Amino acid sequence: MTIKRVKFTSGLKLPENKVTEHMPVARLELPSKVILPLQQHFGQQCNLLVKKGEKVRTGQLIADSDSFISAPIHSTITGVVSSVFKMINPLANSIVDAAEITASEEEELDFQSVNPVLEDIRKELGSLRENGEIENYLSGKIKELFDKINSIENEEIIASIKNAGIVGLGGAAFPTHVKLRPPEDKKIDSIIINGCECEPYITADHRIMLEYGMQMLIGAYIFYKVLNPEKVYIAIEDNKEDAIINIDSLIAKSGLADNFCVVSLKSKYPMGAEKTLIKNVLKRKVPMGGLPMDVGVVVNNVGTCKAACDAILKGQPLIEKIISVTGAVANPGNFIVRIGTPVSEILKCCGEFRSEIREIILGGPMMGNDINEENFPVTKAVNCILIKKGLPRNEGNCIRCGRCVNICPMNLLPLNYVNFVKNSKFEMCKEYYISSCIECGSCAYVCPSAIPIVAYIKTGKSILAGK
Amino acid sequence: MNGTNKENITENNAENNVLDDSKVSDTTVGAAKDNIIVRDNNFISQSPHIWRGISSAKIMYIFLASLIFPSVAAVYFFGLRAFWVMLASTATAVLVELIIKKARKKRFKMDGSALITGLLLALTLPPRIPIWMVVIGAAFSIALAKEVFGGLGHNIFNPALAGRAFLAICFPTFMTQWYLPGNYGVDAVTSASPLSENFIFQGTNMALYRDMFFGNTAGSIGETSAMLIILAGILLIAFRIIDWKIPLVYVATVVIMSLIFGEDILFQVMAGGLLFGAVFMATDYVTSPVTGLGRIIFAVGCGLITFLIRRFGAMPEGVCFSILVMNGFTPLIDRYIRPKPFGYMKPQKAKQAK
Ligand code: SF4
Ligand code: SF4
Repeated sequence: MTIKRVKFTSGLKLPENKVTEHMPVARLELPSKVILPLQQHFGQQCNLLVKKGEKVRTGQLIADSDSFISAPIHSTITGVVSSVFKMINPLANSIVDAAEITASEEEELDFQSVNPVLEDIRKELGSLRENGEIENYLSGKIKELFDKINSIENEEIIASIKNAGIVGLGGAAFPTHVKLRPPEDKKIDSIIINGCECEPYITADHRIMLEYGMQMLIGAYIFYKVLNPEKVYIAIEDNKEDAIINIDSLIAKSGLADNFCVVSLKSKYPMGAEKTLIKNVLKRKVPMGGLPMDVGVVVNNVGTCKAACDAILKGQPLIEKIISVTGAVANPGNFIVRIGTPVSEILKCCGEFRSEIREIILGGPMMGNDINEENFPVTKAVNCILIKKGLPRNEGNCIRCGRCVNICPMNLLPLNYVNFVKNSKFEMCKEYYISSCIECGSCAYVCPSAIPIVAYIKTGKSILAGK
Repeated sequence: MNGTNKENITENNAENNVLDDSKVSDTTVGAAKDNIIVRDNNFISQSPHIWRGISSAKIMYIFLASLIFPSVAAVYFFGLRAFWVMLASTATAVLVELIIKKARKKRFKMDGSALITGLLLALTLPPRIPIWMVVIGAAFSIALAKEVFGGLGHNIFNPALAGRAFLAICFPTFMTQWYLPGNYGVDAVTSASPLSENFIFQGTNMALYRDMFFGNTAGSIGETSAMLIILAGILLIAFRIIDWKIPLVYVATVVIMSLIFGEDILFQVMAGGLLFGAVFMATDYVTSPVTGLGRIIFAVGCGLITFLIRRFGAMPEGVCFSILVMNGFTPLIDRYIRPKPFGYMKPQKAKQAK
């Protein structure tokens, strides 16, 4: 077997609450409108290419940018651009332009062209309806498919991935094509496919690995082909044993066992954070302020792999993604939703319980953002909608217990940031390496005085950035 | 946000994309005016949205519960008198905290820290100290050693130890009159504490160790029983209330020093307030460093100073002052002992890598 098990790791044991773990992914009906912020990724904001009142088709490019670190935005439904406005993007704490598209009756697809060698596969895939059929079809043809992918130029693949607007779907939303084009002097020897999903509640990646395993693997193969590393590690936490077994058998079936291997990791938070993940899988430490590339690694999320597979095989841009809707809703589950679907429409389908103080959290409970605005859309970075009863948190004095220091995966001294930010000593924050903080929330989670340390850190960071 | 509000947004978008939200908070308006969907900032909670239930108050109460062991021993060995000392001390501590909080118009939150300070102070006092002195000591602890600095979390010195040191300086005779357990009548027999120079024990070494282990010896009311203190320490470590590094390293340092200077190791460890100080006093969160390495340095410092005072100083016992001295060094230790952040590289090396 090709499963590599990593036994000892430090980190936080969180209550998992993964209630939607066994719920198959369902497709939500198309939304009546979508709101598409023009910056859903890390990097430059895109410029709108369509005008108000213009008709757009599903998959049509509506915004793009010249900048290298950016990803284009596509219309995710067929309809009319009904308005263009500005909105606050709580995920990036900034103000962005956004376009609203109101759906019309018929859905018309405007997908990209695929490479001629894959044309027949695209046609056949188009005729398949059920996901199970697609998976079977792909595993039947896997060898032939890999050959075909191998015959395509790297440049062309990277271009298709860029044009499809694919970004890291794990939450950071870093444009994927940037990761596929490392600088000359950096040799990439390993790819890690991140299937950890260490946050409680979220199960979207878990379901992808179970139901879309083949497509995910093909995506991983595409990255493998472009970067040509020695090894591809698929890192999965050991609370998802079924996914580990499934992926492992798929690897064996597609004859990739030489270069691909599953790594089973202890489920400890924050395992899925890039830096801790690389440390646990490869025992390498990404230098402070550096990127995984600096240690020869590229990390991609499983959802990103699936999106890459869709883009290359079907020419489908990133218009939909799988998210978990969970917490205080009547029908929690995992759903394929179109990007830009307002949260309110999703909640309508899931029957939210109403309670006085509640939070709508985009993302997991540890790092997600409370939006408290049902009209906010699901963007490319969102992988979960969590409805929680809001709990009051009575902040006390720091008693200097050192729990936050002990737990911090980045070896920082979180308690000091609280002090510095309260006293406006932002320069001191820098001296204590505030920029190394990955905002994982571990420190605030263990703090007995219930100090929202991460909130202080974010404030400190944004003020430092504004200076 | 409720349903009507949501419709508002949609309508406005359709017309002119202007949203006139009356609930907009001032800061948001300041940041950006028209044309924006603004969220009502009131309910926004910050990540993480879950956290572990153990609160400061709970930690304090577990700590307090562990203090029951030496307290019970105190009453067992020194009788009701010990009980009155403890009661006077804790009651004064809580009362003074209440008065100060009220005077400053701050919310008084019962977090148990004043209780702990009061009880800790009492346990380090000799059994027959006059009650009015206890009251003065406790009041000093809370008012001058804690609240003056800004209350829980801001004090530099361990309040209980500061109170004890204050008493030891003001009333040296009363603070060094020790009594053998059991003698709490009017004509109680004074006895030297084991660490004093004129201490004479008639019996074998084994019997001495046994008495000291179980607590049948002269000393402060809560400090005599090594066994119960060790038990409480193990419980506190098991519940992860205190860091094992401080008591272990502290005691280990004293052991090593005793070896070097040829002192009786078991005697040095069990005599006086060493165990009590190592388990209950030096581990105080507020006045000890926050990093692991810092804590080790702190504990080694405590151990060295304790031993030096015992061996060369004018006073027979040095635990109290050694911890206070190291408390004073804590801000310095925390300033200079910082863990290297994940992936840290020396500045020159980082440049080379670039
Ligand atoms: S300081 Fe940052 S990296 Fe460290 S635990 Fe807190 S949020 Fe995580
Ligand atoms: S966990 Fe909270 S109380 Fe403890 S040192 Fe950190 S900030 Fe202070």
